[in-house]
Amino acid sequence: MTFEQLLQYIFSGLTSGSIYALTALGFTLIYNATGLINFAQGELVMLGGLSAVGLYQAGLPLPVAFLGSLTIVLIVTVLFQQLAIRPLLSRGVLAQVIATVGASLALRTAAMMIFGREALPLPAFSGDTPIRIFGASLNPQTLWVVGSTLLIVLALQLFYRRTLTGKAVRACAVNPLAARLMGVSYSNVVLLSFAVSGAISAAAGVMITPISFMTYSSGALLGLKGFAAAALGGLGNPVGAVVGGVALGILEGLGVGLVSSGYKDAIAFVILLLVLFLRPQGIFGGKAVEQE
Amino acid sequence: MHKILVAAVAACLVVVVLFSGCGGTTTGSSEASAGTDATTAPAGTAAADSQGDQLTGDPIVIGAVVSTTGPNAPLGEPERMALELFEKQINAAGGVLGRPLDVVVLDDQSNAKEAVTATQRLLQQEKAVAVIGASGSASTLAMKAITAQAGIPQIAMAASNNITSEPPSDWIWRVAPKDDLAVERAVSHVAEGLRVTKIAVLYDENAFGSSGLAQIEKVKDRYGIEVVAKESYKTDETDLTAQLTKLKGSNPEALIVWGTNPGPAVAAKNLKQLAWDIPYVGSHGIANAKFIELAGEAAEGVTFPTTKILFPESITDPEQKALIEKLITDYTAEFGQAPNHFSSHGWDGIAVLVAAIEQAKSTEPAALQAALNGLTDFTGADGIFTYTATDHDGLKVDDLIMVRVEGGKWALAQ
Amino acid sequence: MSGGTSSRVSRFVPRNWSFAVLAVAVLLVPAFTRDTYILSIFAFMATRFMVVVGLWLLLGLAGQISLGHAAFVGLGAYGSAILVTRADVNPWLALVMSAVLAAAIAGLIGIPTLKLKGHYLAMATMGFGEIIHILLIQLKGLTNGTDGITGIPPLSLGPLNFSDPRLYHLLVWVVALIFFLLALNLTNSRLGRALQALRRSEVAAQSLGVDTSWRKLQVFMLSAVAASIAGSFDAHYVQFVSPDSFTLNVSVILVCSVVIGGFRSVWGAVWGTLLITILPEIIKRFNEDAVNLVFGLLIIVIVVLLPVKSGPLARLQLLLRGRERL
Repeated sequence: MTFEQLLQYIFSGLTSGSIYALTALGFTLIYNATGLINFAQGELVMLGGLSAVGLYQAGLPLPVAFLGSLTIVLIVTVLFQQLAIRPLLSRGVLAQVIATVGASLALRTAAMMIFGREALPLPAFSGDTPIRIFGASLNPQTLWVVGSTLLIVLALQLFYRRTLTGKAVRACAVNPLAARLMGVSYSNVVLLSFAVSGAISAAAGVMITPISFMTYSSGALLGLKGFAAAALGGLGNPVGAVVGGVALGILEGLGVGLVSSGYKDAIAFVILLLVLFLRPQGIFGGKAVEQE
Repeated sequence: MHKILVAAVAACLVVVVLFSGCGGTTTGSSEASAGTDATTAPAGTAAADSQGDQLTGDPIVIGAVVSTTGPNAPLGEPERMALELFEKQINAAGGVLGRPLDVVVLDDQSNAKEAVTATQRLLQQEKAVAVIGASGSASTLAMKAITAQAGIPQIAMAASNNITSEPPSDWIWRVAPKDDLAVERAVSHVAEGLRVTKIAVLYDENAFGSSGLAQIEKVKDRYGIEVVAKESYKTDETDLTAQLTKLKGSNPEALIVWGTNPGPAVAAKNLKQLAWDIPYVGSHGIANAKFIELAGEAAEGVTFPTTKILFPESITDPEQKALIEKLITDYTAEFGQAPNHFSSHGWDGIAVLVAAIEQAKSTEPAALQAALNGLTDFTGADGIFTYTATDHDGLKVDDLIMVRVEGGKWALAQ
Repeated sequence: MSGGTSSRVSRFVPRNWSFAVLAVAVLLVPAFTRDTYILSIFAFMATRFMVVVGLWLLLGLAGQISLGHAAFVGLGAYGSAILVTRADVNPWLALVMSAVLAAAIAGLIGIPTLKLKGHYLAMATMGFGEIIHILLIQLKGLTNGTDGITGIPPLSLGPLNFSDPRLYHLLVWVVALIFFLLALNLTNSRLGRALQALRRSEVAAQSLGVDTSWRKLQVFMLSAVAASIAGSFDAHYVQFVSPDSFTLNVSVILVCSVVIGGFRSVWGAVWGTLLITILPEIIKRFNEDAVNLVFGLLIIVIVVLLPVKSGPLARLQLLLRGRERL
């Protein structure tokens, strides 16, 4: 294998890895606020992409479609949180899992009914002309994806460490009861976390669609891989989520290049199972994972 | 407790009633044995005075299992529409053997298990004398086991080779050009149209792609082609740069991509991204507008084999040309959209059966089987069909043409 | 728990007579119709019922969720298909072997994950399900990939040939009803009560001496066995297996069956199976695509509204569900 080929595999891994990273971030935000895993996270990414396609095909310019899809997904996420999640927060893991699984099924089917079964495209944000780097070529859209991921991570870090609201959110993740005793509105924190998680996922969806299209069924795999990435990095750790996502993406890219493509998806699941069996707290050590 | 048992028994009854009730044309006794329709049409009925909707006699029931929902709906819907159109036209023209034709269409939801249930229903409740189906290969294979066991003719519209190449195959005939045929057409284009010898193959790992690769390997020597590299991808793969990078390293002169959307579209885009300028020959799976929509500008110059319905001007046989032109006109008038090759599969499926029935002057399975095996030079929308006892595919390489994408539209290649 | 066999039997009958009536009703169906179409509906219901009962034990009794159960069904189906068509193994033996394999894999997965929080098992089983799906496609030499395996012979036992739809109906429903009976008795047995205690509070259960991990593992393995046996039966019935019958979507629908049927009592499995068979037919009259949408929304609604502690809604629920069990 030549250096150009290796670089090419890494570039393609970087692209998908960034999407996994953003999805994993979405998981992490919700997990930190509520302790539950949102099985519908992948569907939020899918909805972001498809809403943008719908708006764009209706005639809106791309930037407007982007913001429009963020809004749509935001509304769906908040609605879901208010109607289904809030009543279940005291109910226990089983009920929560069932509710989010039901949501993912419902969202996926609704998307199929609205957008049809076939893959849908979006034009690239800044054109298709590839950028050559050391013999390998990079899709300009990838720069958008990677760049946005970095920006979002940075913004989140600033938010968590520098703003009062951010610190309140962190307090809730550490000990919700104590935080509430200190005057933090827990329900507002949850609402905010869901909203931001939804927005991030939607953005990821819009950005990846020009590269690999979006289908109503794309969410399931994305969600699974996003969770694998989050678990790999350490569930509940935002930096872990990003590192896990990029690592997973690159491992996949190398796996396809060096071994074969049929087993590509298996890489994520094997990593997931290995993490769960060997080191449930992930690389950077996440939240407590034992039974309550 | 009491409530539970009462409700459970009631529920069982509900199931029985519900599912027997949705047959629509259930005949009174469910004791009748499968298949053989005891009443054959009276010979030499004067069909002339059965014009309009006043056809006399028991309807001839032909069943059809298509995917009107599920992932194969883009295949099943055009098939269903063509079946409807044919049924309408033939009944307006006097029916079959003077009897009205009743095509019962059931949805298999793109699922082999549902196809099994649907076929059971067509044979048991609807008393179909023959069945057409399915849209997808998995369902077709599942149906094949049943029709073979029941001894009822089945017309397949799917392209997977093993539909006719693997037993049981005495009761199944095919109207769609089989995959192997399309492969050969593509390979012949590479050899005679592009005039190159070294190719790389990128194929979907599913049955369609894998059998495509297998056929390429089989016919390559006949055309003097060498496969220098091959890579597979999983069906809904979103990034093929890794595979293409690997293939590029072997320096092929042409690239054959064998799969159905969206994979080949991703491949086209990735090719452009890698700035790799190589002739791209695709499969008949991209013979649709979807490919162009997905690949955008990257679709330019891509070629693929398909049936002649896209380009009536390429048809040399005057009978076929007339048939296709009439089909296009009538179909567009009826449904507001032009027919595609799935429509032509549906059309040929029923046309071939009706021709056999009229030839045999009977709907008995054995007579139909003989008539189908003896069908020679039958003009269909997909081509000229000639079946024999050993060849249940009926078409030849010449029945396919090569099409190129130019300016976002299709043009005849070479 | 006093008395010998005779008092156990005499208590068995009145407690389970609703089961007896259900069994008689179902088993008599072939006497009323010879229609293969209706019998095939019942045949698929029977195997679906087996899986749902097993899943109910896991979900309803032990409060654990598996999102990969279609993979266990697939293990049974492909296990039977491969052993019978490639290795000429006796179909009944193949059925047992596949079930043992399923149990073993369930054990392997269960041991590390059942220690973790509920959603970890959900994710682990989801991942496992996907891996099996991928393997079914990739190991072409063994499984024939996406083409699937054809020519699986129907079951037979001595003079009885189960390609006769009515005989098959009896066979498959007898097995399904046996599972159901086992589940009914399990609920009231020591294991069952231990598991129900577990659902309420793991800590309390442990303090009472219940070995929670081992109990959960037992149930998980049992549910895997039920799924595998169902898969084997299906394989011999349809005589064809392919990977796209064993996807994540199928696993999710199975979970929906249990939730919609209700996981307060084992009879929930009966309702769940019925609803999963009937509901789609009704919904399709209105909109062909909406089935899964309804399922998804339904389970959200059920799970949100369900265990209300007090008030008129709770009383209504108690009324509908019959006597609430411990």
